[in-house]
Amino acid sequence: MPHPILFLTAFVVGGLICVIGQLLLDLTTLTPAHVMTILVVGGAVLDGLGWYDPLIKFAGAGATVPITSFGNALVHGAMAEAQQYGIIGLITGIFEVTSAGISAAIIFGFLTALFARARG
Amino acid sequence: MSAQLGTRQKQYQQFLKGRQPARPVLKNSLRAFLAGGAICLLGQGIQELFVHYFHMSEKMAGNPTVAVLIMISAIFTGLGFYDMFSQWAGAGSAVPVTGFANAVTSAALEHKTEGYVVGIGSNMFKVAGPVIVFGVVAAFFVGLARYLILHL
Repeated sequence: MPHPILFLTAFVVGGLICVIGQLLLDLTTLTPAHVMTILVVGGAVLDGLGWYDPLIKFAGAGATVPITSFGNALVHGAMAEAQQYGIIGLITGIFEVTSAGISAAIIFGFLTALFARARG
Repeated sequence: MSAQLGTRQKQYQQFLKGRQPARPVLKNSLRAFLAGGAICLLGQGIQELFVHYFHMSEKMAGNPTVAVLIMISAIFTGLGFYDMFSQWAGAGSAVPVTGFANAVTSAALEHKTEGYVVGIGSNMFKVAGPVIVFGVVAAFFVGLARYLILHL
């Protein structure tokens, strides 16, 4: 896929996933934590069905940046390692792909907390 | 949720109905779309940089892109900008991975005064924790189901 189109699809698909989150917040009594959890589990289920990879191919960062991709990446890591080492790979591989996100959040979150102070 | 509420609470819920201002669903959705789309657009831009300057494949570039977005989000949270942006963007700021980073960073910041270990360490995942717990549990069972289907 030529890249200029990928910018457009990234914007639209990423925006639409956020709209799903917003509608869940506005039209139901779910808390933000519930909505985020639903989106992550949704991403995991979509990947289990094999539908998330085509979405990434179509929308690039529009599919990899929303939190749904966290669920997708967890399943991906687990499946990849399960292919190699059998069923125990589900446990050992689950954080394989999401390491970047979680490590970065811990490291930069910690550093920010060291240097900044709470506001508001 | 409402099934657990007692009669008094139900009466109160009834009382509230019509007295609360209607949520501006359309406006909120439009803002979420624009803000969320913009963050993904930024992500796509960063991803292209990794592809062109570090010669990564589109697929490989996804992870470092997420790391960079998280770094930006943590810094903006520390400066107080991200919360201002969240006020406007709603889910548009919460659903992208930058929202996850914001949840981690602001929980750490909020509890800083209680100390590094008991404050920052214990509370960092107070808000973002559910996403990891349910994500991992769901991924385990989805992975297990797929594994069993493929291998049995």
